[in-house]
Amino acid sequence: MRERKIVISDPSLRDGNHAVQHALREDQIAAYCKAADAAGVSIVEVGHGNGLGASSLQLGEAATPDHIALATARANLIKSKLGIHVIPGFATIERDLKPALELGVDVVRVASHCTEADICERHISYSRSMGSEVWGCLMMSHMISPALLLEQARKMESYGAEGVVFMDSSGHYIPDDVRQRVETLVDGLSIAVGFHGHNNLGLAIANSMAAADAGATLLDGCARGFGAGAGNTQLEVLVAVLERIGYSTGIDLYKMLDAADLAEKILMKEVPTISSVSVVSGMAGVFSGFMKPVTRIAKEFNIDPRDVFFELGRRKIIAGQEDIILEVAKELAQQAGRR
Amino acid sequence: MTQAKLKIAILGSGNIGTDLLIKAMRSPHLECCAFIGRNLSSSGMVKALSMGVTVSAEGIDYIVKNPECCDLVFDATSAKSHLVHAPIFKKLGIRAIDLTPAKIGLMSVPSVNLADSLAESNINMITCGGQASIPVAYAIGQTQTDVDYIEVVSSIASRSAGPATRQNLDEYIKTTEDGLKEFSGAKRTKAILNLNPAEPCVNMQTTIFAKVKNPDIAKLAEKLEGLVKKICQYVPGYEIILGPIVENDRIVVMVRVRGLGDYLPAYAGNLDIINCAAIAMAEEYAKATGNKSLEGKTDA
Repeated sequence: MRERKIVISDPSLRDGNHAVQHALREDQIAAYCKAADAAGVSIVEVGHGNGLGASSLQLGEAATPDHIALATARANLIKSKLGIHVIPGFATIERDLKPALELGVDVVRVASHCTEADICERHISYSRSMGSEVWGCLMMSHMISPALLLEQARKMESYGAEGVVFMDSSGHYIPDDVRQRVETLVDGLSIAVGFHGHNNLGLAIANSMAAADAGATLLDGCARGFGAGAGNTQLEVLVAVLERIGYSTGIDLYKMLDAADLAEKILMKEVPTISSVSVVSGMAGVFSGFMKPVTRIAKEFNIDPRDVFFELGRRKIIAGQEDIILEVAKELAQQAGRR
Repeated sequence: MTQAKLKIAILGSGNIGTDLLIKAMRSPHLECCAFIGRNLSSSGMVKALSMGVTVSAEGIDYIVKNPECCDLVFDATSAKSHLVHAPIFKKLGIRAIDLTPAKIGLMSVPSVNLADSLAESNINMITCGGQASIPVAYAIGQTQTDVDYIEVVSSIASRSAGPATRQNLDEYIKTTEDGLKEFSGAKRTKAILNLNPAEPCVNMQTTIFAKVKNPDIAKLAEKLEGLVKKICQYVPGYEIILGPIVENDRIVVMVRVRGLGDYLPAYAGNLDIINCAAIAMAEEYAKATGNKSLEGKTDA
């Protein structure tokens, strides 16, 4: 029965940057692009962990500037499309997006916090007007109901997005959560629906399967799960699972497995695992990219990183608000001092 | 003896314009003679009518037809509109305080360059993030050597960001970055804006990061103390909640701004700080005009 095609988008060279404090170099980008291209990955996403124009003291400075990372990827991708992640509020059209498109980016994914789609209007319509393939991304999507998510996705559709990806940025979902959201989006939109998972609760593959079963046609995955926090959906496993069930991805499994081996060897200092703190991060519903700064700051302030995550979750802190970690740490340290 | 009040008009009836109206009505130095928008049924207009202010839905045409209605106009429309409005104000001899990121006039931060601003006929209030962060960036520029880089991250409540703000994030970023550079002398600057939808709404916060050669925290802390006192005279809810400290090789200062809760609730410190700054400038004009002198009496 199942013979639907799933488009695979691989953000190893973007989300993976979170895991190495945005330190990916040109040679690493070049080598992995070649391998992913050879495997037949549809879209290879490249850049700072938080996307275009996000290199900063707030989030971490990128070792490789956007234009060099993109030019390197462009030179090493033949069949695969080159994708970027773009968050308005960080990336501007003039300073960041226009030069990126001039370097030959094919797919622009314009992202906002799940409730703020309207800040994406100009970036989406600009990218469309320049002839790019454009997706909207709703980050931290667990923070709102399926109905509200649809409302936001519809805005993106109205701005010209050709598809909407909802992101489990905290690795908080269980498969039923994902199924409900995909069904709601597929019913309510006339454009494609995609899902981006994180593995904090060990469910990234199961969640991605649920998404496909409910009608999603694009899935994100990273080689060895190379991504923020506990990592993303592990791509080579996802490809194998989809193949076993009977979906077609256009990916050569052996070559994908080779690409994952290469990624483990040359991209990462350690293969992502679900650390104890990652579990808490997923439970608390905090952005996975907070793992490295929370770990560092908790150590500096001599407090328990798990307390920091629960407090950040209680305050409903969103991706991009990394500065608040310091404020929370200071408060927790003061409270500990009083006890 | 009471001075004659300065006649002002407000162009733009969104969140910014309506909050300005409430502040202007309270001012002993200002008289709001016209509140001008485009739609008489907008909530800002309804508010203005309830306060007994002359309103118009004619936009800039109202000022062209009634040039005597004011000596000073607050332009709270959009950057694009201000580019059209500015030459008209100039021709009519009306002073302009620009609350859009159009940035035609001198960038103005009352706690830093009040005296210079008073000499200008068109001043720009930069952005809300700029008003919150530039005093700190200025203090860094004044007290540190070799300021390589300043970065400012602001978080505001989603409810405090109207449609114009959302459409103009790029202009917000560019204008804030230009302001930071101008006032701090940093080689590179960056501005970032986050909208947080949490309920209850989050207070406006701004974090200033800097990379300098040999951070002198004591000197910076002392300079900031004086500046914060000055800012609190017009924005009482302005507070440094963390720093200055050095963390991970960066100077960090975190500022929280609680508003006066005039049109939007107190969490919307972003709205409050730019409007309080604009009102403070208008009041200084009023005092200076009343004293028939632009010299003296400024504390910058």
